[in-house]
Amino acid sequence: MSAAPMLPDNTAEAPGTRAPLVLGGNDFASVTDKVCSIVERPRLPRAWYVAFTISCSLTALLVAMLGYLFLAGIGVWGLNIPVGWGFDITNFVFWVGIGHAGTLISAILFLFRQKWRTGINRFAEAMTIFAVICAGMFPAIHTGRPWFDYWLFPYPNQMSVWPNFRSPLLWDVFAVSTYFTVSLLFWFTGMVPDLATLRDRATTKGRRIVYGILSLGWRGSGRHWHRYERIYLLLAALATPLVLSVHSVVSFDFAVAQLPGWHSTIFPPYFVAGAIFSGFAMVITLLVPVRAFFGLEDLITTRHLENMAKITLATGLMVAYSYGVEFFMAWYSGNPLEQFALANRAMGPYAWAFWIMMSCNVAAPQAFWFKKVRTTPWALVGVSVLINVGMWFERFVIIVTSLHRGALPSSWGYYKPTWVELCTLAGSFGLFMTLFLLFLRFGPMIAMAEVKSVMPAAGLERGPHRGHGQYWGEIPHQHDRQKQDATP
Amino acid sequence: MSEARTSAAAATRTRWGYLAEFESVDALLEATEKVRDAGFTRFDAFAPFPIHGLDESMGIRTSRLPRIVFGGGVTGACAGLLLQWWTNAFDYRYLIGGKPFFGLPVAIPITFELTVLLAAIGAFIGLLVANRLPELYHPVFPNAAFRARATTDGFFVAVEARDPRFDVVGTRSFLESLGAVRVDELEDE
Repeated sequence: MSAAPMLPDNTAEAPGTRAPLVLGGNDFASVTDKVCSIVERPRLPRAWYVAFTISCSLTALLVAMLGYLFLAGIGVWGLNIPVGWGFDITNFVFWVGIGHAGTLISAILFLFRQKWRTGINRFAEAMTIFAVICAGMFPAIHTGRPWFDYWLFPYPNQMSVWPNFRSPLLWDVFAVSTYFTVSLLFWFTGMVPDLATLRDRATTKGRRIVYGILSLGWRGSGRHWHRYERIYLLLAALATPLVLSVHSVVSFDFAVAQLPGWHSTIFPPYFVAGAIFSGFAMVITLLVPVRAFFGLEDLITTRHLENMAKITLATGLMVAYSYGVEFFMAWYSGNPLEQFALANRAMGPYAWAFWIMMSCNVAAPQAFWFKKVRTTPWALVGVSVLINVGMWFERFVIIVTSLHRGALPSSWGYYKPTWVELCTLAGSFGLFMTLFLLFLRFGPMIAMAEVKSVMPAAGLERGPHRGHGQYWGEIPHQHDRQKQDATP
Repeated sequence: MSEARTSAAAATRTRWGYLAEFESVDALLEATEKVRDAGFTRFDAFAPFPIHGLDESMGIRTSRLPRIVFGGGVTGACAGLLLQWWTNAFDYRYLIGGKPFFGLPVAIPITFELTVLLAAIGAFIGLLVANRLPELYHPVFPNAAFRARATTDGFFVAVEARDPRFDVVGTRSFLESLGAVRVDELEDE
């Protein structure tokens, strides 16, 4: 399903002109109508119910698997020495990575004044929150006795001991929980004005009360907007280093260890690039069907998709470079164990996983060099799904191939997941999709207030840019040519 | 009985101010500038999205909220360092892998995370407190035009009756002269 044919093409680059980000002759009221009607209509397209049934079933499967795990113990998984980390930590790193796109779009693109973020940021932030929920579950359950997980937190206790702050595993606890909290605050702060719109349009008492409480009595006051914009900018400034730090800290779980294949200084930037790469791929995978089903092609335009494909390509190249550096450093170090670990990764028993990773993460995204691929929605989804698969395998390859053949050949092994681990992975997708579908049904999935503020009628081109709070850049001499839907 | 109740209700109701609606962003900016220049201080503008230049035309002084955020960040940094030093190097020392009990590089990740965490929480709470939210009732809410458009595509200016320059007749005609498409009287209880 390509973008509705009557919409003009806004992917062309014309220096000095601002490409329109809202197409189809929309005004402020029609943007509100379009976004709110998704939440307000009594029934959604059948596809939503089908998807919701499937994802709820998978969530039930997850609950069953967790119950079985807690009752029977960690032995129901295929983990054993030498491979003590398998699907659990692979899934954790995978989901945390998925959770990076949202805050990148909302914080880093905000600071870089990328106005196209307004169409997709809410959606991606929601995805971040749900992905981090899925991610946080795995370290919690992999401890074996998850009812003691609170021992991770430094609270005064009857045992008179404290957690070991010199361990990267504890840094993870702080990094992921901080990331979740800050992402949630950022998401909610951005959503308050839109929840107020839903409150004002509510036709039933229940909706009025729920959205009324959630919107905190927001009334769009100019004095409130002033503080709101300052705080939003500060939250973006705080979230930007945070988003870069989270996957760096996750990578420390590996890089700080002495294990060949893990002990590498490129890990933090490599993991961050991979996280953004996989996160954007996931946003594209979900956004394209959603925009088609709900008819949002005029708000989430082809240009938005193309920009995301470009970022995916750029971060994909960084990931490919990192793969190369790992091999180069292994060779250049002259360390035989390091060289063995990397050779074993590419040609050992797990070579199949390594080559899935290489073809999905290095070869597949090269399709994004072609504009035709970047602007064809379903081609985008195809490549993005491959990237998602590849990025899951990247974590699997890093974790399992480094562990299964250590320095002592007598303790080599081959890790195979059990059906419990496979079902838990499927169940985590179910949980993610259930939360996501519920958000589409009940929340404002496009940041209406922000989209409106980048529409020409909002008067961006008025006056010089004065700094704090206003993130839109100033492009002079556009007063006449700036028209909504400027078609040549 | 019912008469008594109506009159009692009428007695407690007071005029809160005027609410004027404007058609566009430009009209709102012009109007707020003139309201500001006329010397009003207890007035506000309402818009469905942040408007570039509104704070200037309303004469809003730059918010001091960033100081709260900075305070939160400093608190987080100190708390993070102190926590790690006190727990691992002072209160209960135990040696793991020959690592020092306390080392600054090792303490940086958690210090950084707590800095960001407390700064962000400070920002969020500071925003709510400064804006006096949640405030689920406000005199502008019962107004039908406000409900219909304020968070969609309407631009409003409200002037409060307690403003020293407020005048029942004069302020209404002043707002009308600014090009308001409608001026409504708001009541408070």
